[in-house]
Amino acid sequence: MGVGIEVNKLNAWYGANHTLQDITLHIPANEATALIGPSGCGKSTFVRCLNRMHETNPIAKVTGDVKVGGMDIYSDISAVEVRRRIGMVFQRPNPFPTMSIYDNVASGLRLNGYRNRRVLDEVVERSLTHAALWDEVKHDLKKKSGASLSGGQQQRLCIARALAVDPEVLLMDEPASALDPVSTAKIEDLIFQLKVQYTIVIVTHNMQQAARVAERTGFFLNGKLIEFDSTHKIFTNPSDKRTEDYITGRFG
Amino acid sequence: MATTAQLKSSPWNRRWRWFTNHLASVLAVGSTVLVIAPLVAIFADLVYKGASSLNWNFFTKVPAPVGELGGGMANAIVGSAVLLGIASAMGVPVGIAAGIYLAEYGRGTKLSTLVRFTADVLNGVPSIVMGIAAYALIVAPEKSFSAFAGGVALGIMMIPTVARTTEEMLLMVPHSIREAALGLGVPTWRSMLSITLKTALPGVITGCMLAFARVAGETAPLLFTAFGNGFVSTALNQPIEALPLQIYVYALSPYDEWHRLAWAGSLVLIVLIVVSVALVRYVTSRGVLKGAS
Repeated sequence: MGVGIEVNKLNAWYGANHTLQDITLHIPANEATALIGPSGCGKSTFVRCLNRMHETNPIAKVTGDVKVGGMDIYSDISAVEVRRRIGMVFQRPNPFPTMSIYDNVASGLRLNGYRNRRVLDEVVERSLTHAALWDEVKHDLKKKSGASLSGGQQQRLCIARALAVDPEVLLMDEPASALDPVSTAKIEDLIFQLKVQYTIVIVTHNMQQAARVAERTGFFLNGKLIEFDSTHKIFTNPSDKRTEDYITGRFG
Repeated sequence: MATTAQLKSSPWNRRWRWFTNHLASVLAVGSTVLVIAPLVAIFADLVYKGASSLNWNFFTKVPAPVGELGGGMANAIVGSAVLLGIASAMGVPVGIAAGIYLAEYGRGTKLSTLVRFTADVLNGVPSIVMGIAAYALIVAPEKSFSAFAGGVALGIMMIPTVARTTEEMLLMVPHSIREAALGLGVPTWRSMLSITLKTALPGVITGCMLAFARVAGETAPLLFTAFGNGFVSTALNQPIEALPLQIYVYALSPYDEWHRLAWAGSLVLIVLIVVSVALVRYVTSRGVLKGAS
């Protein structure tokens, strides 16, 4: 089951660049939460702080606290453990090119030492089914490289790979921005099914997408969270002038 | 605005494009031939002069005394295998580990700049100097020429090539692949070995094979380390023969029979290098999947 995320006074820097300023918000469990805003507004940095990927950049710094399911991810557990429990899907599909489809999905478990074949077989089938890719690849599981799939399939493969380690939260950083409309629709359908089991945070440039898949939406601008509310409220009756300007296309 | 008539090329323009297009093709093909020609010429010459002296005895017998016909280079073939074994056992792991340090852990540190600089200088050191170094470090204290000293001299020569190619190949692995591994909750060291290094492996292996082929033909560093040995030996603390050494001695000798054997030895050396490189390529390319980049 998914868990909620409590973010309190989160600040992040890249070098001298203060990319996130005092972000405080509550992301509820088993819902999809969309983050929108113009390029460079900090929304990607924000999700990268939620699974401590931000700190893999040597010049990055972060303060404040993030509690996932009541646990402070910056002090209670290690970064590796955090990332195992909070999966991430990146903007560009990034399957491991030297691995087969099967090995890609199994990689998270295998690289953490799981060897039991029967369990792996089961997890691979379940994850691929969940990611709506099983029927398309079940005959080539061990024959084809993950990199041989189409862009949309690769992205669903990456989702399956993230699901295989059974995370509680799934972060998606513009998961459909490199995909065609058909693949995008598939990913969106997927989000609907996945939020039954996982808490989903999705960064998107596509406001229709946010409106379609998310219960809640946050609007970021210049490193600040301007408004965070139900998606319906944000898109029909935003309380902040800047949010209204953005969603009506007057800037950004 | 250009009209359609203006956009249509004139006959002269078309002819000029045809000419430059074909000129470029001819230059490219010509250069390719120029690159391949010396290799083919050398190989043909070796086969022509060396193949006739190749027989079963060449591979099984040790050199015959001067004046006697026959004899072979079994000692040198075994010796080269031993020397290259020692060199690879030393040069490949150290080189790869140094390359990993340069690309993954030491990025931007002073130590990595120093290591990179040292590797580049080491790459340019004349091979005979490697021999002197190994002589001073191993042969002189032990008071004996040895296979070990020769292997170490060759191994040190392999390190810079292996290290620098490993570094470059690792840096070519896209950042997104590393992020994917880290994002799955894989510890850094594990992602390094199982993902980054594995993705870069074909290039790393090419680097190792280049280094291997280069030292396989070295004579100078072996002159006063491995020294040479008229008998088949695998003892690491004894002098040992090597194909390049034997070729060197035979080619400078005044005897026609030895000249012929030197040609045959050169042919065997080249074929052995080609076969071992091909073998490594074959073994490591098995299991590559459809559509893997």
